[in-house]
Amino acid sequence: MATTDLFHIRTEEAPHMPAPISTTGVIGWMRQNLFSSISNTVLTIIGILIAYSLIEPLIQFALIDAVWTGQNREACLPQDGGHSGACWAYVKAYFPQFIYGRYPSEEVWRVDIVYALFLLLLVPLAIPNVPFKRLNAILFLIVFPVIAYFLLTGLVIGDLVVLPIVETAVWGGLLVTLVIAVTGIVASLPLGIALALGRRSKMPIIRTVSIVFIEFWRGVPLITVLFMSSVMLPLFLPEGVTFDKLLRVLIGVTLFSAAYMAEVVRGGLQAIPKGQYEGAMALGLRFWPMMYLIVLPQALKLVIPGIVNTFIGLFKDTTLVLIVGMFDLLGQIQSSFTDPTWSTPSTGHTGYLFAAMVFWCFCFGMSRYSIFMENKLHTGHKR
Amino acid sequence: MSVMEQDSAGAPARASLMNDPKARGIFYQLVLVVAVVALGYFIVSNTITNLERQNIASGWSFLENTAGFGTNQSLVPYSETSSYGRALYVGFLNTLLVAAIGVFFATLIGFIVGIARLSNNWVINRLAYCYVELVRNIPLLLQIFFWYFAVLRSIPGKREKWSIFDTFHLNIGGLRLPKPVWEIGSEWMGYALILGIIASFFVTRWARKRQEDTGQQFPVFWSGVGLIVGVPVITYFVTGMPMTLEHPNFVESGPILRQGFELNVGINVIPEFLALTAALSIYTASFIAEIVRAGIQAVSHGQTEAAHALGLRNGPTLRLVIIPQAMRVIIPPLTSQYLNLTKNSSLAVAIAYPDLVSMGGTVLNQTGQAIEIIGIWMAVYLSLSLITSAFMNWYNQRMALVER
Repeated sequence: MATTDLFHIRTEEAPHMPAPISTTGVIGWMRQNLFSSISNTVLTIIGILIAYSLIEPLIQFALIDAVWTGQNREACLPQDGGHSGACWAYVKAYFPQFIYGRYPSEEVWRVDIVYALFLLLLVPLAIPNVPFKRLNAILFLIVFPVIAYFLLTGLVIGDLVVLPIVETAVWGGLLVTLVIAVTGIVASLPLGIALALGRRSKMPIIRTVSIVFIEFWRGVPLITVLFMSSVMLPLFLPEGVTFDKLLRVLIGVTLFSAAYMAEVVRGGLQAIPKGQYEGAMALGLRFWPMMYLIVLPQALKLVIPGIVNTFIGLFKDTTLVLIVGMFDLLGQIQSSFTDPTWSTPSTGHTGYLFAAMVFWCFCFGMSRYSIFMENKLHTGHKR
Repeated sequence: MSVMEQDSAGAPARASLMNDPKARGIFYQLVLVVAVVALGYFIVSNTITNLERQNIASGWSFLENTAGFGTNQSLVPYSETSSYGRALYVGFLNTLLVAAIGVFFATLIGFIVGIARLSNNWVINRLAYCYVELVRNIPLLLQIFFWYFAVLRSIPGKREKWSIFDTFHLNIGGLRLPKPVWEIGSEWMGYALILGIIASFFVTRWARKRQEDTGQQFPVFWSGVGLIVGVPVITYFVTGMPMTLEHPNFVESGPILRQGFELNVGINVIPEFLALTAALSIYTASFIAEIVRAGIQAVSHGQTEAAHALGLRNGPTLRLVIIPQAMRVIIPPLTSQYLNLTKNSSLAVAIAYPDLVSMGGTVLNQTGQAIEIIGIWMAVYLSLSLITSAFMNWYNQRMALVER
């Protein structure tokens, strides 16, 4: 009887206590991630100070002090001695030039159609679940360039002017940036595949030629390639044969990016297990059917992220053409600074900020896409 | 049918030459050789005709002609009366200088940001992430323009300055540093430095041997610092302080046009160099940070746990276990980033920093020797690439996993 008092059996569950407030919610998260130790707290405070000192002037410049509307430089001049903010009115006034260059304004619809077609074909190609990939790829890689070429440069059959000729000298802005980057990547793809296959070939001369070609173009800076294509290429051609300046740059850029593309494709080829080659050979396929039907479809799918990354690099490198006197987006912005109508202390900063935003949006978007594809393509090929 | 019978009779099977892989291989290679030779002949013959037509003499004799243009930065004596060859040499040295300093800062920033990317501290982590994503998605040329035209235009003008510790002065004319002046007797400091380096090398070897024999450690790092820095400093005082610093002289009074820094006093780092170095190292650092992060993440977590189980603290774990293994993953892509930085330094031409491409461009415009100049450019960058990758391959082999 007395022993029963010595122990106690709980007959119902103890009430649930909430977790200590210091470990949950915002406070718990902050204690764990920001203030877990003295050194961590110091780092947090330094980090916040750095972030603030960078973001605050940027917001002040780009949003608070910014001038959104105006007809000329008067609107953007610093008011009564204060700091002047971004002059977005200037960007608005120059926007058509940044997008089309000096393309004649009555013909701009042609560029718009090219932009629209480009998007219309690229978006379904980029989304993995959309069907008709093969048809889409043929349209994008073969049909679209032809249409775009005639739309942009013009079409004259005999005496009949279907589309008036527009010299490439008046192209500029985003148009030139995209034309160079897209043509460079599309044209370098077949060349890059050929070089990658050549580098893995068992035939010594073909292998040597491929290696020398790839290592040569990868070893020299793009700027010397551009100088070469704009200064030396005319010397290589017979008398009387002249190339358009844009075409010369395109040839240089294509050869340059083909070398990088070859290395990307080679990575993909190396990732394909040997059994695939052997299986194809056991089925009696010759070299090209084996490559075309078995190896390349798998390898190219694997290297889509690599191709996108090469494209990002090329897209950024396109700005270099301004050094050989062409007007890509950055070149167009740079040249607009000389216009006295919009010459203010903040014009330069605004122009660079705009260029940075455009390039950043393109490149960041593409790099996200490349990461997305990389995760999507993790299909167990990697060893 | 007859072929089959021949086979069974023991005679070698004679396939058509078209189906023989060896014969086809030789044929394809012959076609390629013929095509390459034909293209080469086409280019060379056209070039010779074109050059004759334009009256451009090819050859290297132009390198000895007087250049007639100056430059604002040269590591070796150079003036307008120097030759074109000298001008190209000055440009080459400037390329090397900006590449070396850029590589140093890019590695420093890159490793800090890469490790910060893995920090548990949310603010630091996000800050590093934003840095990487912001910087590597904006073209380098735009960043160079930003530093040169936007940032360096908003610092004080020629008649004013910003100073740090009254030693480093910055204004629109560039960064002014004190210049060491070597007097008689200072060569002993050089000898002391060499002695210190040799001594620390032997100390390291001895310490490693002792640790292998007895297990006792020796503070190699601090003794090395003591030998390399300490010995020259002691020599400096023993020899009676033969080195003095020549501080830049800032004139604040007198006529307004005479105000500002006196010419040729102290070291002047030109603004083009500052902008180019800043842009190159910040841009490349964002790529290096990603490489470092990937390298550290490639070392499996079990290594950290095993090191902790052995009783190592966080610092030694990182230094002795994680980093050596991560370096194997980091070094190959790091090499290509260094090469990229060197190649990207050619963008100097856009802001007229006198590097190889910039100087060469001026020579090209004056002489019209396009083939020779572009040939020099390509040869220089190609050999820099090949030398760097050869060195890094050697280093990589030394660091590679030794399987027993």
